[in-house]
Amino acid sequence: MASFKPTKIQVYPKLGEKVTQDTLYWKNYKAPVQIKEFGAVTNIDFSPVAPHNFAVTAFTRIHIYGPFSQEPVKSFTRFKDTAYCGRFRSDGQLLAAGCEDSVVRLFDVSGKVALRMFKGHTKAVHVTDFTSDRYQIVTGSDDYTCRLWDIPNATELSTYQEHTDYIRCGVTSKLNRDLFITGSYDHTLKVFDARVDKSVMTMDHGQPVESLLLYPSEGLLVSAGGRYVKVWDLLKGGQPLVSLKNHHKTVTCLSLSSNGQRLLSGSLDRHVKVYNTTNYKVVHNFDYAASILSLALAPDDESIVVGMTNGILSMKHRKSPEEAKETSGQPRRRPSYRVFVKGKNYVPKQDDYLVSKPVKQHLAKYDKQLKKFNVSKALDTALESWTRLRKPEITVAVVKELDRRGTLKNALAGRDEQGLSQLLNFLIGNLVDPRFAPVLVTAAEMILDIYQTVIGQSPVVDRQLLRLQELLEKEIDYQRDLLEVLGMLDTLFASSLPKKEVPCSAISRSNGFKRQRQTYGLALVF
Amino acid sequence: MVEHGDIRVVHRGGSKINFREPVITNDSSFLLCASGECVKVFSTSTEECIHDLRGHTDLVTGVLLKPSNHLQVYSCSADGTVRLWDFTDGILIKVQLDSCIVFAFTVPHPTLSVMHLLTKGKDEKLFQLVAVHLPQSGDQLVEARELSAVLSDVSSNPAAITIGRGGEYFASAKGLQLEVYFFRKQKSYRFSLKEGNKKGGRNTFTCVACHPKDDCIATGHEDGKIRLWRNFNHKKEYTYTTLHWHHSAVSSLRFTPEGTNLLSGGVESVLVQWRYNQESQRDFLPRLGAAITHITISPDGALFCTSHSDNKITIIQSCVKVSAVIQGLVKGESVRTDLMVDPRSKAMVLNGKPGHLQFYSLQRDKLLYNLDIVQQEYIHESGLQQFEVVKAAFDASGNWLATVEERKQKAAELELNLKLWEFDEQTQSFVLNTTISAPHEAQITAMCFCHAADSQTTMLVSTSKDGHFKAWQLATPARPSWSCDFVGAYHGLVPKCCCFSADGSLLAVSFQEVVTVWSPSSWELLTTLSQPPGAIRDLCFGRLSCSKYLLGTTASNLLCCWNLLTCSCKTNCILEHLHGHQPAAVFVFKPSEPRPLFSHKAVCSGKVTRAVFAPREDMLESCEESSQWLNCSQLYFLTQYMDLMTFITKAEEDRLMASSKQLVIDDSVAMTPFYLLLGKHRQQQQENQDTLSTLSAERTPLPQGSVAIKELLQTPAHVLPSTSFLCSMFVQSLLISESKHAEEEMESEKEEEDSEGEMESSTSRPREASLAGHATETAALALTKAQARELRRVKKLDHSWLSGLLDS
Repeated sequence: MASFKPTKIQVYPKLGEKVTQDTLYWKNYKAPVQIKEFGAVTNIDFSPVAPHNFAVTAFTRIHIYGPFSQEPVKSFTRFKDTAYCGRFRSDGQLLAAGCEDSVVRLFDVSGKVALRMFKGHTKAVHVTDFTSDRYQIVTGSDDYTCRLWDIPNATELSTYQEHTDYIRCGVTSKLNRDLFITGSYDHTLKVFDARVDKSVMTMDHGQPVESLLLYPSEGLLVSAGGRYVKVWDLLKGGQPLVSLKNHHKTVTCLSLSSNGQRLLSGSLDRHVKVYNTTNYKVVHNFDYAASILSLALAPDDESIVVGMTNGILSMKHRKSPEEAKETSGQPRRRPSYRVFVKGKNYVPKQDDYLVSKPVKQHLAKYDKQLKKFNVSKALDTALESWTRLRKPEITVAVVKELDRRGTLKNALAGRDEQGLSQLLNFLIGNLVDPRFAPVLVTAAEMILDIYQTVIGQSPVVDRQLLRLQELLEKEIDYQRDLLEVLGMLDTLFASSLPKKEVPCSAISRSNGFKRQRQTYGLALVF
Repeated sequence: MVEHGDIRVVHRGGSKINFREPVITNDSSFLLCASGECVKVFSTSTEECIHDLRGHTDLVTGVLLKPSNHLQVYSCSADGTVRLWDFTDGILIKVQLDSCIVFAFTVPHPTLSVMHLLTKGKDEKLFQLVAVHLPQSGDQLVEARELSAVLSDVSSNPAAITIGRGGEYFASAKGLQLEVYFFRKQKSYRFSLKEGNKKGGRNTFTCVACHPKDDCIATGHEDGKIRLWRNFNHKKEYTYTTLHWHHSAVSSLRFTPEGTNLLSGGVESVLVQWRYNQESQRDFLPRLGAAITHITISPDGALFCTSHSDNKITIIQSCVKVSAVIQGLVKGESVRTDLMVDPRSKAMVLNGKPGHLQFYSLQRDKLLYNLDIVQQEYIHESGLQQFEVVKAAFDASGNWLATVEERKQKAAELELNLKLWEFDEQTQSFVLNTTISAPHEAQITAMCFCHAADSQTTMLVSTSKDGHFKAWQLATPARPSWSCDFVGAYHGLVPKCCCFSADGSLLAVSFQEVVTVWSPSSWELLTTLSQPPGAIRDLCFGRLSCSKYLLGTTASNLLCCWNLLTCSCKTNCILEHLHGHQPAAVFVFKPSEPRPLFSHKAVCSGKVTRAVFAPREDMLESCEESSQWLNCSQLYFLTQYMDLMTFITKAEEDRLMASSKQLVIDDSVAMTPFYLLLGKHRQQQQENQDTLSTLSAERTPLPQGSVAIKELLQTPAHVLPSTSFLCSMFVQSLLISESKHAEEEMESEKEEEDSEGEMESSTSRPREASLAGHATETAALALTKAQARELRRVKKLDHSWLSGLLDS
């Protein structure tokens, strides 16, 4: 006596994103820690030295967070107005920040009061950065100038007045103490050399420039502005290398993943995209709740910190290896320990007669009903809203099984208005899905046969039937278009590849034919 | 072409065991069933076939226990004879000749000493029920002349005739009529039913059963109804009640010996137990595997036994537990997968139960297991389209198995699944690795694995009616799975078959008349070969020394052999006579020679549909040129009627015969307390009687092989007899007699007399016939003396408890 074999649920290949090494890598982060700041988070900067604290510039404050703390380790609050661009020096000891009140302040990370105040700009300073020799500061301001300051004397060394609009971003070279690059709302990027008193290179981004990034090798420069991210080859005199248009709103921030293999860009469209820097293809995508203003990655990608317009700072930490393993298994609720132990530790006595208990086979509800040949009930179970919406493959598998048993007609028949509309809803949702179409077309034909007589009695059902008809007509048009395209492709292939077989096109064409035939057949019933 | 005298065609397994209902012996330990030309005796506890009762020359059509002696059994056959066997030792006792074809027995009459047979005249259409008086003569061959027809024009189905309570009447159903014939009154009543009712139920009778204690006849009908007839000794006032559970025809009905329950079975493969007089109470035993064809109940009512359409007998203990399954070679309607040999187990593989592949051991003539390919609940309903396994292929090492299953619905398109199974060393069975749904647009016509043993990649090629052939390759990213590697076509023609060369460097695919040869490494079309008249039906590469040849058969009875080095057609052998009247012939060729090596005409009735070379376990050392091709492998073939046959040489046959005679029937009686009480007593007595003979009889050359040791070691301690009793036996088994052959002979003769004497005392019937038969049999067997003695001793052991019972 064999046991009942349950209905086989077909496993379909997942449509949409493929599982690649990148998705696995970038998904391997814990749930984000979110901290509410006082205003929009405009800048995040990681300290170059361990333990890699990071400075978050938001509204009139700069908070410094430890790598795992959720409370600020330190805060700088001595700003009269909105602070901008708090950046660490390369030794992690000093921090410079611009301000809406045009004063640039320099802080000791361990102190509280500003060590130096650089006054000279006339408008808000959005860009500050240390040069690589650690003794100078580069600032860029809304007064269209960028200036170079000496830290020990707090004096201005030089002023460059070449931009014709706000300067909102800039970087200094890590290899050369005299080179720095600024980007401005006048659509240009300018490379300045402190040894000469004017820019040495100008590149046109085409959009107001929001963010700049230098590769560690400093041969390539990445700029973001408008919806574009552009890569420039500095060694070839600022020749544009690639232009990426993957966001649908202004790109606001850029970051490199620490090994330089991946480039991340954050945008007002609330996405962070990860690019492969060899072919500049998007390999991963993060979604956030609000428009992103700032983005930073800890060394070795240990955490991703994102600041948003609504003042929320989101930190994601990488999972440790053991945690990663833990979550790979399904976090399913299991019966308690007691259930498994129950009776297991009982040692039978010498003259006890052992009765072997048959292992009970667990069956899903619809399988139990199928086992009892309750076909209508099984279909009802499979059409329950959770299954129908979340796991349509189960419903389709049950329909297929009923069809195989030759009892699909019985199961479909004898339904009231509610049941029928539920069924039609499911059909409308899944009929044109190529994975389910072969099974559901048969079912749809049967439904139309059975319920032909009741058409016109219920407005709900009638409306749904009309929708089904529309859906089919649309699908037929779509298939026809596809066939036309395939025909064109065939001609192209035939002319370009003489004598060779073109297996792929031939097969997909016949697939298309079949689907169209099916849908035609159903349309004829209407 | 020469016919070879010393190579013979033999039936090899696979004969039906579900043709007629089996018989369970009175002690419920054996089950006898008709199987082809012999009667097989199975043990009900171990499922093993203990021995065959051979002697009939045609299909055995019925088995019946002799009512007066429950150790004997009648069998009837289509050759017109009825034979009486002593089934415990399988010796033929009586042969009775008839002048017509015997179709079946009916239930024996309890009081009259006549046997009722369902017969058909040699040239008549109608079946009739005849009574035969068994002459009580001692001759081995008896001619029965006095045949008296009891009922004429009865159904050909033996299930539709039965004898009623106490042998008072016969009930026979045919078509829409039930006929009850009373012996006393010599009068028959007929009851007719209407052809069908409004709902389209068909009232045709299918089977009949009579209540053993009550005047009640149960009849099964084509629409699944069971009717219980009462008051049928009046023409007018008969009544019937209807029971309905089955949805299609009831194929078998039986009352239990006490009459408390009624068992019924049909296509649903559910055994239904109805309480007599409380018919609303039913018990079910579902999912027995295949449609039930017969139900048998042991005389004490403890065991039920159902025969199934898939050549299976299930033994059920008191309607709740399946205790044993005796499975023969499963026979479907056709073998759509070819015959194959599993490279690992050397078992023959072919279609089995619906949706399964069966692995059949040729050496042991036993079904090893069924591999579930479809993995879906089988719905037992006629007329339903089910998934069928249509193609299967093994790779060279037996690591991979590819199967194709298909289901063709009435209107909709074909459902196809290609499944690839990997052999799992731990569980020693095939585990599903990849399922490819809809691998092709149309039916798959052929499939083969690349046979190169040392190649890095495993490759499978499938050809389909959609005009493409596809190559599937094992890809190993993380977990090995199969994916399509190449799709090929040739001028839109439909490929029919494909074959890899032995080293895997060439792939031949036939497209109607054209054979294309491809290189699997680059998928280049290397060459095309063609033989215009007739499409290619089969393709095969030569092996070993003949690997340069490609062989093909065409629809116009042509066997072509291409030499691939010269790309020329080397030999054409036109098998014209295949066209003619000769129904079945087997030819064996060597690829390099145009003349057949061996041919055998008229090997069987019907066509030879499939054939396979199965490797032998041990090589045969035949020096004769004519039979050298049978040295390394054996050719098995399957006929149209699904009989598995093979060729066997004379020498091999003799060897097999000798080995089968050596098999000792080890069916020793269970060590029950009852046996201990009586059997011990008896044995001690006997020991006192003839100490000398038993002493030496107990002796065997090796103490390990002795039965005494075996009993001592294998019997559970709590049922062992006293140590004092065992001690003498044990010591005896260790003794070595000084006397050799001369003395042995005398002793064995003496012992034979002893045993005979004992049997006579135990059963009071005259046993001359049996004696004669016994003597001739022993002479014919030409056993060695030691073996003969062993046999006799075992026999004595069996009967001792019985004789002890009778003595006391």
